[in-house]
Amino acid sequence: MVALRLCPIATIHDHTGTLPPPAAAAMAEEMGSCRDRLIDQSLTARYSGWILEALDELPDNFLITDPVISGHPIVFASRGFLAMSGYAWEEVVGRNGRIFQGPATDWRSVMEIREAIREERTLQIRLLNYRNDGTPHWILFHLCPVFAMEDGRVIHFVAVQVPILRRSRCSRSGAREMIFGACRNEVRLDEDCGCNLAVDSFLDMDNKGLDAEESCKASDREKEKALNAANSVLSTMTHYSKLTGRVVCTKRRGSAGIAPLSSSLNISLGRIKQSFVLTNPHLPDMPIVYASDEFLSLTGYSRHEVLGCNCRFLNGPGTDAGVLQQIKDCIRAEQACSARLLNHRKDGSSFGNLLHISPVRDASGKFAFYVEVQMDENLKRDEHGLSPKMRQLGVVGQVKVAMRTLSSRAGP
Amino acid sequence: MLTIKRVPTVLSNYQEDATESRGCGRNCLGKCCLPVSKLPLYAFKSDSKPPVSPSDAIEDPPVDFFLNSLLLGQWEDRMNRGLFRYDVTACETKVIPGEQGFIAQLNEGRHLKKRPTEFRVDRVLQPFDPAKFNFTKVGQEEVLFRFEAGGGQKSLFFDSASVDEANPPSVVAINVSPIEYGHVLLIPHVLDCLPQRIDTESFLLALHMAAEAGSPYFRLGYNSLGAFATINHLHFQAYYLSVPFPVEKAPTRKIPIAKGLADGGVKMSLLMNYPVRGLVYEGGNTLKDLADVVANSCIWLQENNIPFNVLISDSGRRIFLFPQCYAEKQALGEVSQELLDTQVNPAVWEISGHMVLKRRKDYEEASEDYAWRVLAEVSLSEERFQEVKAYIFEATGLVEAEVEDMDADENKATYQSTTASATHFSQGCLVLR
Repeated sequence: MVALRLCPIATIHDHTGTLPPPAAAAMAEEMGSCRDRLIDQSLTARYSGWILEALDELPDNFLITDPVISGHPIVFASRGFLAMSGYAWEEVVGRNGRIFQGPATDWRSVMEIREAIREERTLQIRLLNYRNDGTPHWILFHLCPVFAMEDGRVIHFVAVQVPILRRSRCSRSGAREMIFGACRNEVRLDEDCGCNLAVDSFLDMDNKGLDAEESCKASDREKEKALNAANSVLSTMTHYSKLTGRVVCTKRRGSAGIAPLSSSLNISLGRIKQSFVLTNPHLPDMPIVYASDEFLSLTGYSRHEVLGCNCRFLNGPGTDAGVLQQIKDCIRAEQACSARLLNHRKDGSSFGNLLHISPVRDASGKFAFYVEVQMDENLKRDEHGLSPKMRQLGVVGQVKVAMRTLSSRAGP
Repeated sequence: MLTIKRVPTVLSNYQEDATESRGCGRNCLGKCCLPVSKLPLYAFKSDSKPPVSPSDAIEDPPVDFFLNSLLLGQWEDRMNRGLFRYDVTACETKVIPGEQGFIAQLNEGRHLKKRPTEFRVDRVLQPFDPAKFNFTKVGQEEVLFRFEAGGGQKSLFFDSASVDEANPPSVVAINVSPIEYGHVLLIPHVLDCLPQRIDTESFLLALHMAAEAGSPYFRLGYNSLGAFATINHLHFQAYYLSVPFPVEKAPTRKIPIAKGLADGGVKMSLLMNYPVRGLVYEGGNTLKDLADVVANSCIWLQENNIPFNVLISDSGRRIFLFPQCYAEKQALGEVSQELLDTQVNPAVWEISGHMVLKRRKDYEEASEDYAWRVLAEVSLSEERFQEVKAYIFEATGLVEAEVEDMDADENKATYQSTTASATHFSQGCLVLR
């Protein structure tokens, strides 16, 4: 136990110029709304405004997620899915798919899904999910990546969920009611009109005993259904992507230009909730190859405006040329450095940027990128009392860890 | 007395001159300096239900704070200060192709410039020896922060905190020979000079650290003496690696428990289809429930002189316990020269599937079969393992239920027992007591 005479840092440091709460709250709100906007536009920017309506007409149960946005949120949930899970649109969109898992969800399945996402591949697996009311149900989960044609990056994942029909051999008891004993949740949802008590009591009993060992196996028909559903979602997405000219495909194509960051790296980087960019020193003019959501909200630019550009667009009147030279020298020497720069946002306003730059290596141990962490000097300390310097170093640490993300495809 | 010669891993920059006693004034962790220190303090929240699903932990912002901002930030700071013996991010790493996904790392720097030292391997419990290197000799710059129970409902961080006499400080320090980014040591009650020996309180502390980190990729490990611990001063290790370890993917079979665990809610399973036999503990109504069952198992092992390794996985939700006998086999000359030449020390990380290799040749030629063969040498034989398991049950007051006649379940096909993998598995070993 810690003695009570200690007081938490948040209070200790009140005099050091922490932002007054209203400003901090406004900032947090702004960050939140930036992410909301990214989620809103995730589909429409790529597949035109018509996509939502088109997807809405599909009868299947499916989700679409965006691995590029931090937290890998759900950006679309079909009507069928919402009916099956008992969630409302607002309760699902913006959240991560983990919310449907619960105490009896098999950790191995969760791990397999995690790996398939990291490795950007298709996966079909049975999974015990939970509805909004807390009841578990077995589904056949079918995941597939959607690639951008222009650079081969994964831009979305489609996750189809087909309820698995419970067959008699799955259960240990209750032979008589077996024909009704479906684990399809439609049975529960649709038979609300005076359905027979035997079915109800069976289902209740059934759910109580439902755990990882007692499970349904998907039939070939269900597997086919999942695959067909995925294909129809994918073909809808492919079709509508042609309207914007930013075409998607379901197979990775080799790209001629910049090697894209892998989706697993993107996901790992997306978890870092601070303003930073990655630049590639091996490409001409050291362009930005990754920009965090917080960088976009700090500077006011959108992602496609900054990717491929050198960071100098942040400079302008009042930016100290001597400091810029120091930074260049450090980069040439492959060293980390910290500096204060006057930078400009897209709207022309300026901010004091406490910049920290550090070289980072990839999994093969070679220098691959520079991470550049920006911090508005008005944000002195965060709510947990860490100094800006420590927070910046934390970002560098997290990026280094993300760089060591491995793929089983990385073997020789 | 059984001993083996091996190159000791240097965990601290103060280890080299461990024998000469240096007068203080250099901010060490000893009784002279630590009580007047102003180290940062992370005071974790009081024991509560562990997060029930994998979903709960990750979305909580303070969780992100402990691991990402505090631990990794401080670690990066020490890296900038040049406190490590090498840059671990310059070490090549890869996943070995195959079913299991063993991870190999080429680490040529970890054992450089060290002469092999004699280690006694036939005693799991040895008294603390103040003359040998221990963590009270570590400089405070190697400490990232103190990690202690705060008692409140929320975790708190203090930038600098004084030491309270009633509460012995526990610290998180860097490992100067890291095997991955963020490799740290958790040293419970450092001033108490506890030998490498599990007790329930220290084990719970380690579990709390895994829970606070809240990431499935930040794991803690423990090596007993005789199972490749090099320093006889109580410590756990931890680091971050964002791939699943093979052992975490291995199938398990639940052990039906008739009596003993009813209230705590802890579940026990057997590890299946994995080269090292082990027990898996999970569940528990509180972290303490889980910690107590595992710690009591470890206590029985150490008191009965069986070396073991522990992996704390999945944010403290799953714990793997591996009784082992490699060092003893090595001392008795029963390990093949080919394996000895690789200098792989099968400690907790290797057993979990993260192989740190010292020679480029081994790294480049590493195959799943090779990793399996190395690890199979570590495992107890099936017969001995069953015996040990039975003792653990007895010691922790558990009674295994009669094996119920399960329906012919199609899943069982994957729950293949270790012994069945005859292609991989060479003969296990018997620990002589």
